[in-house]
Amino acid sequence: MTNNLSINHLLGIKYLNQKDINQIFETTDHFKEVINRKIKKVPSLRDVTIANLFFENSTRTKISFELAQKRLSADVINFSSSASSVSKGETLIDTVNNILSMKVDMVVLRHPSPGASVFLSKNVNSCIINAGDGTHEHPTQALLDAYSLKEKIGSLKNKNILIVGDILHSRVAMSNIYAYQKLGANVKVCGPKSLIPKYIESFDVKVETNFLKGLKWCNAVNMLRIQSERMSDSYFPSTRDYVQQFGLNKNKLDSINKEIIIMHPGPINRGVEITSEVADCDQAIILDQVENGVAIRMSIMYLLASKM
Amino acid sequence: MPPKKILNAKQISTIISRLSFQLIEDHNDFNQTALIAIQPRGVLFAKRILKMLNKKSIDVDLGILDITFFRDDFRRNQRSLKANRTDLNFSIENKTIVLIDDVLYTGRSIRAALDALQSYGRPSSVQLLNLIDRRFSRELPIQPDYCGIQVDSRMNQKVIVKWFENDNEDSVYLIRHND
Repeated sequence: MTNNLSINHLLGIKYLNQKDINQIFETTDHFKEVINRKIKKVPSLRDVTIANLFFENSTRTKISFELAQKRLSADVINFSSSASSVSKGETLIDTVNNILSMKVDMVVLRHPSPGASVFLSKNVNSCIINAGDGTHEHPTQALLDAYSLKEKIGSLKNKNILIVGDILHSRVAMSNIYAYQKLGANVKVCGPKSLIPKYIESFDVKVETNFLKGLKWCNAVNMLRIQSERMSDSYFPSTRDYVQQFGLNKNKLDSINKEIIIMHPGPINRGVEITSEVADCDQAIILDQVENGVAIRMSIMYLLASKM
Repeated sequence: MPPKKILNAKQISTIISRLSFQLIEDHNDFNQTALIAIQPRGVLFAKRILKMLNKKSIDVDLGILDITFFRDDFRRNQRSLKANRTDLNFSIENKTIVLIDDVLYTGRSIRAALDALQSYGRPSSVQLLNLIDRRFSRELPIQPDYCGIQVDSRMNQKVIVKWFENDNEDSVYLIRHND
């Protein structure tokens, strides 16, 4: 069987179909086996050069991409905007074209502006992978979330998934909604009304304002962080108020009398959206998500490289 | 050109027992030997060899190795990209490894397998066992240690090995490439 991803860039989950997602997952299974070997490296991308362009801070995603690239034997160059000519007034297209003229084959882009990677894919001649663009999408995170969840509870078809927190500013929420729905799951979002976008119901996503009711309904809950760095106004009265209503703690978890899977894309603000006790309990798959992130990204870069 | 049958079930079974006896002669009780089948098409063949060895009361590990990520033709043609399962749950360190595949042609799959094997340790030696050797078509300096039969074939021909488990017959055909 030949490669049949329907896409040439990974710009968002919106552009993937279910077959693509399943093919990515299947390849991820094999890469997961690879990264558990004694020698965790395969030579597949040894003739590919990849630039990681991070115009916004990141720890997990950047390390995970870089590790995935090294495990595939690709050559990697790293770029972060703080130490670059961006501060001298260069445009995004110019920066990227300058890097591409040094014969780079693939670009992993994180950028604060929504749509930056779509824009770039239309204007430069290279394979683009979106590693998070503002409040828009974070496709690799959604894929690793869905993969990790599938690993725990099997097919996501007809499963109930609750996304809690700052939906308005979260690219993870957007990508997660697309990914879960494409895999047949039901999605609800939960959080203060001020942090839930008005258009959300047009995505066939229901809003649950009662956190406990949402927990009782779901098979898995994805707890998101409050993205204060993207907030210019005050969206809820106080952190204390938020924690009481939407923070996940042991008491709330015990009160629903049901075992649910707990996810968090990181970084965690312990004691705010989730208590330490819950973040470290057996139902939490937060570290599995991180482990699977490397294999998912290997799979995506491998499959996209074969189309270049 | 109609497909030409080059081996029937009886001939295949004779070859499998002959190859098994050759292995027994060289490997004594097999306590320092392991068999590794190359995915996808070496697996059923290797299982037949193992079955024959088991009949002779010989117990030996059989691993399954996928070489997809080690191929040298990735991004160079439209060939299969789809990886298969690897199942190697024993140590190959300091063992004699017998790599098993159905057809040896250019030798490139075996090169990839040798590379893939390194990820699991350092065997003391590696041998190669094939059902069919398409001789005079090698692109790399690789030769089998154990071989069923040698076949002379042209570039535009293809050797198809059928196993009862998949195709309801044991047989080997020589066909023209796009037949």
